[in-house]
Amino acid sequence: MNNPCHTLSRVAATLLSLITIGALFAVPFFAPRAIVQDLFGVLTLLVLALNWNMLAGFAGLVSVGQQAFVGIGAYAMFAAVILWGLDPMVGILIGGLAATLFAIPMAFFTFRLNGAYFAIGTWVVADISRLTAGQWMALGGGTGTSLPKGTARDMFGVEAIKEVLDVSSAAAADALTYWVALTLTLLLLVASYLFLRSRMGLGLQAIRDNANAARSVGVDPVRIKVAVFIFTALGTGLCGALMFMQITRVTPDAAFSVIDWTAFVIFVVVIGGIGTLPGPIIGVAVFYCLQRLMADYGTAYLIVLGLLGIPIMLFARRGLWGTFVDRTGLEILPLRHLAPPRRCSEDVSRLAASQPANGMENRRSVTSI
Amino acid sequence: MITLDTIMQGILLGGLYALFAAGLSLVFGIMRLVNLAHGDLIVLSAYLILVIASAFGLHPFLAVLVAAPVMFAAGWLLQTHVLNSVLGDNLLPPLLVTFGLSVVIQNGLLEGFSANSQKLSAGSIETQSLQLGSLSLGIMPLLTLATAVLVIFALNRLFYTTALGRAFRATSDDTVTARLMGIRPNRIFAIATGLSLVVSCIAAVYLGTRANFDPSIGPARLLYAFEAVIIGGLGSLWGTLAGGIVIGLAQAIGAAVNPEWQILAGHLAFVAVLLVSPRGLFPRAND
Repeated sequence: MNNPCHTLSRVAATLLSLITIGALFAVPFFAPRAIVQDLFGVLTLLVLALNWNMLAGFAGLVSVGQQAFVGIGAYAMFAAVILWGLDPMVGILIGGLAATLFAIPMAFFTFRLNGAYFAIGTWVVADISRLTAGQWMALGGGTGTSLPKGTARDMFGVEAIKEVLDVSSAAAADALTYWVALTLTLLLLVASYLFLRSRMGLGLQAIRDNANAARSVGVDPVRIKVAVFIFTALGTGLCGALMFMQITRVTPDAAFSVIDWTAFVIFVVVIGGIGTLPGPIIGVAVFYCLQRLMADYGTAYLIVLGLLGIPIMLFARRGLWGTFVDRTGLEILPLRHLAPPRRCSEDVSRLAASQPANGMENRRSVTSI
Repeated sequence: MITLDTIMQGILLGGLYALFAAGLSLVFGIMRLVNLAHGDLIVLSAYLILVIASAFGLHPFLAVLVAAPVMFAAGWLLQTHVLNSVLGDNLLPPLLVTFGLSVVIQNGLLEGFSANSQKLSAGSIETQSLQLGSLSLGIMPLLTLATAVLVIFALNRLFYTTALGRAFRATSDDTVTARLMGIRPNRIFAIATGLSLVVSCIAAVYLGTRANFDPSIGPARLLYAFEAVIIGGLGSLWGTLAGGIVIGLAQAIGAAVNPEWQILAGHLAFVAVLLVSPRGLFPRAND
């Protein structure tokens, strides 16, 4: 455990991630606006991917209705800005809140359904919310609406950023949305990591691996899954509001698009490695590279993405990252607990006597729940 | 105002949805495969029929006879080479693979045929109608419903009176035991998917003659079809017809109240049925 080599690599990894985070925060200071916008797109896709990975990869909830939360977040933000005259930053929070509130009745309905029925049920609910948003005449009905001109310029913080960076208002607004997206991504990564290593997270993974065994040691699957469903609705809703604030125009078909906000996200997660934390990051990188490489060929990158996802599901279920870990044994952000030295020894030996065949990680998860 | 006319239109529309759903019901019932590409496969069949009809100057109803064997072969190959290896307890692999297929078909059709909407022309039959007292019913919608009933009747006969049907049911109930009895599930599955695409071809003719179609309309058809299958209950073909009619009726009534509420009303009917009975109306098999 206290292997100095291990500690050293840990320190190095921490340092490296701190430098990366610092560099990412500093991007608007030196990079052109196009790069900031590109990175914003990458980060928001990553947020969606992290959320869907949490749902499907860890909680076993294969949702095809994530576009409901993106759309509701976007529409609530537009309502906050246009109808109630609030600052867009407050609007984003309201967007996240609206998506979270919507997730509660949605969970009541969809959690009655299993497996494939759940997938179709979430999709239908998302389509209902799309059609309902199209009836909201104050926000343009089926044709949608735009944010009033100058909304971005008057946004909280833009003036200060403009001064510091010495750029136009539009570039300052881009920098601000980029920082918000980066903060959201980091918060979500840390929250996912801490959650998955917590009691509840261990319970979640135990349910995924063997529902009956988990239940027999007192894990309540429904309670944890509902919690994850609502938590990811918050993340997805915030992300939706943020994305459409940057787009500045919303229509029901764009905001509730199953292809953009769910299908691609599923591909990204599966190609990267479902059920792992670094997986979505790798997947987003692959997606971005494909999009760049094939920018001149229209929708061809979508075909390639589809054709890439199919063999991965057929031959390498654990995706690029999972395969990499299997081959090398190298693991970043491990979610398993090693045998805890701080735990009293008789506790461990008692368990060892009762279940000699089990591995260390299993023992830890059993004792903690 | 909900009149007898609205109700009849709803039932006839339900016939079309039942046709969309019949192939899906077959595949879902036998191997629990969630085929998210089903809608796009119907659209693909419609384009295939369009190409055959215009290349040989055939009537769409005759072009189906050429397209159906092609789609059967496509279904067979798809199942044996791709889908058989993703079947299992885990829902995600088939879901992702068929989603991928859906994206590939949609964008492939977009590259090949552009986003312009197309239509299959069935000639003068399209505009003819039948007078029943005060009701006026289109010949094409009536033909659609009649075809749906016929297709489901035929599939049901196949299911319950033939050796192949027995193999279907046995594999659906318990794949391992069926294998012990000398059935090869992979072959059974390949036949099922082939048949499901033949039914898709039949559905495609009515889709294409009834209204315009373009490469992007697949997912919406898939959603209606899935709603019909789930409302009907897993593995029940007559249930699928009933489910299609429930969706058709709800949409027609919704559209009569406000034209913008058509699709919404169908979805709400789906949610309402599942709130009362989460396994659908007439489930045959356990999932």
